[in-house]
Amino acid sequence: MSYPPVINRPEKLTSVETPKKDALGRPIRVACVTCHSLRPDAPLPQSAGELREFHEGLRFTHGTLTCASCHVPGRVDQLSMADGRTIEMLDVIELCSQCHGQKRRAFDRGAHGGMMGYWDSSRGPKLRHNCVDCHDPHTPAFAGGQPVLRPNDRGLRQGGGH
Amino acid sequence: MDPKRRVTLKVLGATLGAGAFARALAPIWDWGKEQSLDEFLQKHYQELSKADLEQILRRLEAKTEKEYGKKVSIRDVRPQEGVEFGYALNLSVCIGCRRCAEACHIENNHDRSTNNSYIRVLEMKQGSLDLEHGNADYDHAVPAEGKFYLPVQCQQCDNAPCVDVCPVQATWKESDGIVVVDYNWCIGCRYCEAACPYHARRFNWKKPEIPADEVNPDQAYLSNRIRPQGVVEKCTFCLHRTREGKLPACLEACPTGARVFGNLLDPDSDIRWVLENKRVFILKEELGTRPRFFYFFDG
Repeated sequence: MSYPPVINRPEKLTSVETPKKDALGRPIRVACVTCHSLRPDAPLPQSAGELREFHEGLRFTHGTLTCASCHVPGRVDQLSMADGRTIEMLDVIELCSQCHGQKRRAFDRGAHGGMMGYWDSSRGPKLRHNCVDCHDPHTPAFAGGQPVLRPNDRGLRQGGGH
Repeated sequence: MDPKRRVTLKVLGATLGAGAFARALAPIWDWGKEQSLDEFLQKHYQELSKADLEQILRRLEAKTEKEYGKKVSIRDVRPQEGVEFGYALNLSVCIGCRRCAEACHIENNHDRSTNNSYIRVLEMKQGSLDLEHGNADYDHAVPAEGKFYLPVQCQQCDNAPCVDVCPVQATWKESDGIVVVDYNWCIGCRYCEAACPYHARRFNWKKPEIPADEVNPDQAYLSNRIRPQGVVEKCTFCLHRTREGKLPACLEACPTGARVFGNLLDPDSDIRWVLENKRVFILKEELGTRPRFFYFFDG
């Protein structure tokens, strides 16, 4: 028996979080199609600055790509591949892999993207992150931050050593 | 000198002498209070029968519950047949956030007040690999310009200097490559700490303090059970997890996916792919320690 890796399929690809909470305290999510199925299809904007309502304020720094490089007008649950095919939004990894092939190869061999769960596939699956769990596709550079757990050990203090 | 004065001086001298003697012996008496006869007579881990070990594990569980107010389970987890562990770390993506060190701190029941961890993340100047100039005490937003980050933990050397110098064989290398310590056999001489070229061993200067609700109850004899005062401890590649097929805590916590872990004997493992496809290197190769921990850069 061998457990195949399980790749996360994040909810944020097909729905947005609202400030309302359900009975268990979890934020209520609204599917993208809730709005998009009721409205006439608008053409994709030329730049992120033109976006309004839910999408207002979206920052875009992902090379020279445009909205239409990945999105399909009128199909919020689909993505557009370079060869013109469309794929399910949840299969976003395939879209990213078109350009980031080296990262994809490393990802497939566990050398990119991290994981949780089991190294031993006979005992349990590897739980893999999705590209978009760590990288916002619109601003994909991984942001740093303040480090945690500063050592509190006299010998390590700069200038206080021997 | 009149006889009365002589007697007084003798009595005074004897009292002081007896007092000093009692003071000198105090550590032994106090130690006796801390340690039961069973503990004092306990044999080396490798010489324990299954029944002995069972009894010891239950005794340690009871002791932990009494001292830390938390019910814990302490297991004896043995190496798996056909498994030798290897670990690799991608320095191109490590951002020095120290989440690995934090995960270790929590998983391995480290003393809270010292922020102890088996992982020390060194902030290094780009272009240098001189460990002695790495700074583990940085406290600014990461990654900083012109720096790279080098997390260092036990390298699980095949030719381990720490094992060679132990005068009582309280530390040894197991068949899956993990160097372990029998905390109940260690005499706390710290020779191993001095011998390790990677500064990977830690000494328990005081009894670890951990609030009851923060104690990780999933423990093993050779890894993350709460160590007594006065013994040396080290990274065990989380053997209580990894010997049961799980990934080490530091790997799961890494937000950049810099860490790769697996079975060196399995040609399809992630670790083997890295060793075969990336230009890996080891730290202080010139010392001949033959680590099981590898580093690489992308590209």
